[in-house]
Amino acid sequence: MNILYRVFIDPFMQMGQAPDLLVQTLWEGLVAGVLYALIALGFVLIFKASGVFNFAQGIMVVFAALTLVGLHALLRKWGVSSGMVAAYLALAITIVVMFALAWCIERAILRPLVNQPDIILFMATFGLTYFLVGLGELVFGGEPKSMITEDLGLPRGAIEIKMLGGFVSLQKIDIAAAVIASVMVTSLALFFQKTRIGRALRAVADSHKAALSVGISLEQVWVVVWFAAGIVALTTGIMWGARSSVSFALEIVAFKALPVLVLGGLTSIPGAIVGGLIIGIGEKLGEFYWGPLLGSGIEAWFAYLIALIFLLVRPQGLFGERIIERI
Amino acid sequence: MFYREAGQYKTSYEADQATFPVLQDRIGMIVILAVAFVVVPLTMSSFVINSVLIPFLIFSLAAIGLNLLLGYAGQLSLGTGAFMGVGAYACYKLTTIFPDANIILLIIVSGFASAAIGTVFGLPSLRIKGFYLMVGTLAAQFFLSWCFIRIPWLYNNNVSGAIEVPTRAVFGIPVSGPNATPVTRYLIVLTIVVVMTWIASNLVRGRIGRMWMAVRDMDIAAELIGIRLPRTKLLAFAVSSFYCGVAGAMMVFLWLGAAEPDAFNINRSFLILFMIIIGGLGSLIGSFIGAAFIWGLPIMLKSVPETFGISIGSATLEHLQFMVVGALIIFFLIVEPHGLARLWQIAKQKLRVWPFPY
Amino acid sequence: MRIKMFGAACAMALVGSAFAIPAQAQDSIFIPLLSYRTGPFAGSGIPIANGMNDYLSMLNERDGGIGGVKIAIEECETGYDTNKGLECYEKLKAKKPVVINPYSTGITLGLIPKAAVDKIPILSMAYGLSASADGNNFPWIFNPPATYWDGLSMILKYIGEKEGGIDKLKGKTIGYIFFEGGYGREPIPLLENLAKDFGFEIKLYPVTAQEMQNQSAQWLNVRRDRPAWMIMWGWGAMNPTAVKEAAKINFPMDKFVGVWWSGGEDDARPAGADAKGYLTLNMNGVGAQYPAIQDIMKHVVDKGKSQTAKDKVGENLYNRGVMNSVLMAEAVLNAQKITGRKAVTGEDVRRGFETLEISAARWKEIGLGDFAGPLKVTCANHNGHHAAYMQQWDGTKWVKASDWITPMTDKVQPLLTAASTEYVTKATGWPKRTEACDKAS
Repeated sequence: MNILYRVFIDPFMQMGQAPDLLVQTLWEGLVAGVLYALIALGFVLIFKASGVFNFAQGIMVVFAALTLVGLHALLRKWGVSSGMVAAYLALAITIVVMFALAWCIERAILRPLVNQPDIILFMATFGLTYFLVGLGELVFGGEPKSMITEDLGLPRGAIEIKMLGGFVSLQKIDIAAAVIASVMVTSLALFFQKTRIGRALRAVADSHKAALSVGISLEQVWVVVWFAAGIVALTTGIMWGARSSVSFALEIVAFKALPVLVLGGLTSIPGAIVGGLIIGIGEKLGEFYWGPLLGSGIEAWFAYLIALIFLLVRPQGLFGERIIERI
Repeated sequence: MFYREAGQYKTSYEADQATFPVLQDRIGMIVILAVAFVVVPLTMSSFVINSVLIPFLIFSLAAIGLNLLLGYAGQLSLGTGAFMGVGAYACYKLTTIFPDANIILLIIVSGFASAAIGTVFGLPSLRIKGFYLMVGTLAAQFFLSWCFIRIPWLYNNNVSGAIEVPTRAVFGIPVSGPNATPVTRYLIVLTIVVVMTWIASNLVRGRIGRMWMAVRDMDIAAELIGIRLPRTKLLAFAVSSFYCGVAGAMMVFLWLGAAEPDAFNINRSFLILFMIIIGGLGSLIGSFIGAAFIWGLPIMLKSVPETFGISIGSATLEHLQFMVVGALIIFFLIVEPHGLARLWQIAKQKLRVWPFPY
Repeated sequence: MRIKMFGAACAMALVGSAFAIPAQAQDSIFIPLLSYRTGPFAGSGIPIANGMNDYLSMLNERDGGIGGVKIAIEECETGYDTNKGLECYEKLKAKKPVVINPYSTGITLGLIPKAAVDKIPILSMAYGLSASADGNNFPWIFNPPATYWDGLSMILKYIGEKEGGIDKLKGKTIGYIFFEGGYGREPIPLLENLAKDFGFEIKLYPVTAQEMQNQSAQWLNVRRDRPAWMIMWGWGAMNPTAVKEAAKINFPMDKFVGVWWSGGEDDARPAGADAKGYLTLNMNGVGAQYPAIQDIMKHVVDKGKSQTAKDKVGENLYNRGVMNSVLMAEAVLNAQKITGRKAVTGEDVRRGFETLEISAARWKEIGLGDFAGPLKVTCANHNGHHAAYMQQWDGTKWVKASDWITPMTDKVQPLLTAASTEYVTKATGWPKRTEACDKAS
């Protein structure tokens, strides 16, 4: 009985007793969810357009953030006096670097491997991960670096709201992250709905062959989506970097994106966002209210459990295309 | 010319169904086994045996395990590391409970524990497919890793939280622990791997293997021709986990000597996955080639600058090694997406028709 | 097809080059350094590796080695990965190292049983297996100057002092946030014992390796439980994240205490001014003002023979690496004195470690006056259970915040003896100590 009480009643009592903490937990979950969704978004873009389950998204996050921070330091050393100017210059160059990376990936990996089974392309992205880890460490060194939050003009500090007999503290950087992520998602959605290249991309996602036959350049579409994924990675890198520091340990946040991705459905952009929010909020609530029953630290697998439960009901994810099998 | 099967007539079903129906294969296998069992222990240094050959064999076995599941039965799993861990911890508990039992027997028995756990985590495969199934096995990976840390009973309430291998002797010869010589451990690992590979090769060409392959190619079609899907898929998970469990137990008891839970983390799962993809999905020999490639390549690359007398800092070397391994993975995938095992088949074909290829 | 042939040829060439082990130079002392400059823990690993390397190189440059014998230094990259570490060990073993620094608890655990067989002493400076402080059971393992249990008892002593007496802890709550693994779990038994003895309550907040950079849930728990003090056992990327999160929930930073592995500059720097007041234990001095460190600057760094950036010399973890090398160098020197031989072996250095004594005067002689407390290792006690001090982040750098604090040996020793006995009984057939004990020279 006691266990049942602690599982089914006590956590809700706690929620009622300290509503400010509940709001805070939900907020933390929301922010984490948005960040997971960002990483998952990178996966989805690439999976949709090229059918590649891109494991390298995690390292692309690290690589983009490192490039930004490294270039910033370099520019300061070369005598760019204003930190702000250096930061935005570095940002611009990083975007160019991400474009170059997308182009190289298309040339060196996607084009020679076209029409291969999914698992082979999946493996190729592991090769890419190894390569980028080595390259990143060779160029920038393995030390953790601080994200250039101030120079980028990102806010610091927190807003504390007195409410419900306590307080809720909202980090300004988290608010910024949520805003930037929403802007990013909206603009990507618009881009894919309204522009010519976006329509081409959706055509490619539906069928490579049909798209090719109406004269859509696969190469161009691939470069564009990998570039878009690179930009998403850069944003993710800045946000995660600001929360802790920029180091190769950031690569493991990619594992947080996998349940999000699968929960939302591998091919759906709204899926990635809804999935991110479900996982983010679910995992924080789980850890905060039910974690202590198991001695805390359950976050590592709790997200997978949530995803698994959803999948058992909908095997193709929440927003995934229905899997129709024919003999 | 060198590899001519023409003229080798089979006069009975038994001969036709032999593991190695071709004479040259039989000779080749005998030579390989002779080298592995006799020449290697006599000639190789303890570094090569300890750090190259033993891990190579152990990872080959784990790769065979995963290959049975992914390459033959078509179920994507990223829980290999955790299943290896289950084997290792089971073996550790067994040695504590039965301190006088034969350690080799315990290593094999601990595979069953792994098989049981593997079957449980295989249950989602009845409903979920493809990349989506990855989540189920990743849940297994992270949940089991968590258990290895959180259940002190598993590591006998050690303060260090790690499992330490006691010295165990078989027929008076120390087999595990610091006093066991590399050669003894190597020979035991080799024997287990050879026997289990032989079992696997018979498994995959028999009824069970064919059922797996039917499920892999299209599970609905397989169901329609009367294969019971739940049983087949779960059996694949059980057998695969059994192999991984034995590999994990050997990894701790016959190679590392002690292990933290971290030894069975997600990276281990990925490593094994790389091996079978690079080596060749659905190929036993590919498991060996892949393991040799993924495990051996970094060690070789590390010794390259030394051999040529170039001095590079150890960190730079590591970075370059990462880049080269990454580039080579991509390179081999591009030249031979069916895995290195396919290269071996091509080579065989060339030898068969040489010197008149047309 | 041609590309395939090329690939095959490349593979063949590599196979050929794999099995060569180069010969070693005669008449030198081989000290390998297992370091990790790559991977998720590189942030902590790089400064340590630099410190260890630079001090030994400095001895080579300035004094021509130890006792006139050159030190052959070789780094082997482990990436904090146990498998790679063991591979490094097997590879280095052939070159007859006189001492091994695993710099990872996992690697240390794997090497402990091998040390006695291969006759190579292991120095795990303030990490590894705490029980290995027992020299009677672990004659080949050395872990001075203090174990994690000592560290924890020192932290509680400090807390007690700040609260106005350790009995004032009664009824208070102390939170413990730790890296989920052997390293972070080890102090828990002692923490539980002490909680019983002094009547305080403990709350545990584990952080798994995947969640190192994502600790908001843990810190929300902290906010709910309102512990009076927080103790941290963190490593790598976990540290800076924890410090940032603590600042985020307005936890009073001067009530947040880390162990000595949570006290790197890079751990506090990302939070900057928000981390002001954050405390960690330390056992070595911080800063480049010491004459020996100046010598490193002069002989090694300025000549471009180091991988260290100039402004990183003298940082905390760098100096920790220097301290690690000092212990090795002193042990080798001792061994030379005892045996009268110059090119000592692993067995000699083991004896050198057992008679290791670095007094305050000796620290000064080395050029590191007041760098660390006096240190003494005996045959029975391979650790010494020495004091450490508390350092505090002032917003930009570490400053000393307390005097030397001695551990509560009466609380630690019973646990240590029990753990050591348990290890030996579980590992049936653990060799009895046969190594004779030298008198301190």
